[in-house]
Amino acid sequence: MTVLFWVLAVAAVASGAAVFAVGSMARATFALLASFLCVGGELLLAGLHYLGVLVVLMMIMEMLVMAVFMVMYMMNPAGLMPMSMVHNRRGALAVAGGTFAVLVAGIVAIPWPARRGGPPHDPAFALGQAIMGPKMLVMMVIGIAILATMIATVVLATRTGRYGEDGAR
Amino acid sequence: MVEVLLLGALAVAAASLDAALDGGPGPFRQAARLLVMERRMTPRADRPLTRIGVVSLPVAAALAALVVPFGGHAALDSRVGVVWFNAMEVVAWGSVWLAGWGVNSAFALVGGYRFIAQGLAYELPHMFALMTAALAAHSLDLRVIGAAQGGLWFGVWMPVAFAVYLLSALAMAFWGPFGAPLGADIAGGAALELSGPDRLVFLAGRYGLLAVASAVAVPLFLGGGDGPLLPAWLWSAVKACAVLALLVWTRRWSPVLRMDRFVQAAWTVLIPAVLLQMLVVAVVVVD
Repeated sequence: MTVLFWVLAVAAVASGAAVFAVGSMARATFALLASFLCVGGELLLAGLHYLGVLVVLMMIMEMLVMAVFMVMYMMNPAGLMPMSMVHNRRGALAVAGGTFAVLVAGIVAIPWPARRGGPPHDPAFALGQAIMGPKMLVMMVIGIAILATMIATVVLATRTGRYGEDGAR
Repeated sequence: MVEVLLLGALAVAAASLDAALDGGPGPFRQAARLLVMERRMTPRADRPLTRIGVVSLPVAAALAALVVPFGGHAALDSRVGVVWFNAMEVVAWGSVWLAGWGVNSAFALVGGYRFIAQGLAYELPHMFALMTAALAAHSLDLRVIGAAQGGLWFGVWMPVAFAVYLLSALAMAFWGPFGAPLGADIAGGAALELSGPDRLVFLAGRYGLLAVASAVAVPLFLGGGDGPLLPAWLWSAVKACAVLALLVWTRRWSPVLRMDRFVQAAWTVLIPAVLLQMLVVAVVVVD
């Protein structure tokens, strides 16, 4: 268990670093996906099965959609030339180093409480209750409303739009 | 592990049936031909990405097969089988896109992008169909869902969700009417430049995905192992074979759908329809 944790942790960090070392947008995207999949594996190891599988599911879909958009918006069309994910090297290093230092300081400085009680029978259910509680119904309705808004926006924004197949040309 | 092997056999059976309906050579002859064929290489291809795309397709199908129950038993004891199946089936997006992108060929790239568009169209209705069955059984465990349909199968009283599931099963395996990512109009699409063992592994993964999607329809909508006389696992297998044969046969008569038309139909017709179905099911099961 501990060995698997460390293997996944090192793989997550290494593939995260690979994002900035590889020379094509497709490779960068899939290196990032590999990093997220390792994180999903860590959640599975922690016994959070629903959350772990959900991270795997959502990250695959998100990274594929991201690949399409990143390739589309690249400086050289279709990624025919080698590219770099590194911009503003000094500023980025300062921000990343500063964030890392603050996080580590927090981890070391905080007096962590000792664990009380055991893990719940159904962690996903307990988490949902803890986050949303009595607001669950509202959140569900908002979720459907957001979905309907997205679909309506895309339908209206496409070239065929509301005027049908040939109307907009 | 027996369940995974059984699904592998089902995938081979699907390939055999397709070959028989087509009148072409059987899967074993085709496999032997592809195994001895020399690999064709395109210039400046991204080999690692292509390799990952090709291999991940059958691996995803096998991983999804881990949670598919026959009777009341699955290879992996998972309480979130529905979500796991969904996650593994989405791996196909990456597989097809990588296989299309990696080989550095225009038509293959078009095929890869077509599958992303298809994925965005089928995935939301598909997820809602899965959720509808899970909602009625109050569980994400495929075994529990299969056992929760005493007497009245979910496929009977949730026909919209069942129909959407069957459509999305075809779409996720880019089969029949959803075969445009590998379409003849773009000379074979994402699989265009795959040759030899690569092509064999990729196509085997596609049949594997089709077999798993058919087998998952059984606990979701067809009462799992429910049936007279025969043991439960055998009923599951018989039903899975029937669904698989239906899906394979679809390719014989249905035209290939255009991607943009399917996206439009999926978002404006299928999603509202399956949401209404879910509302009906929620109202029925709430008390």
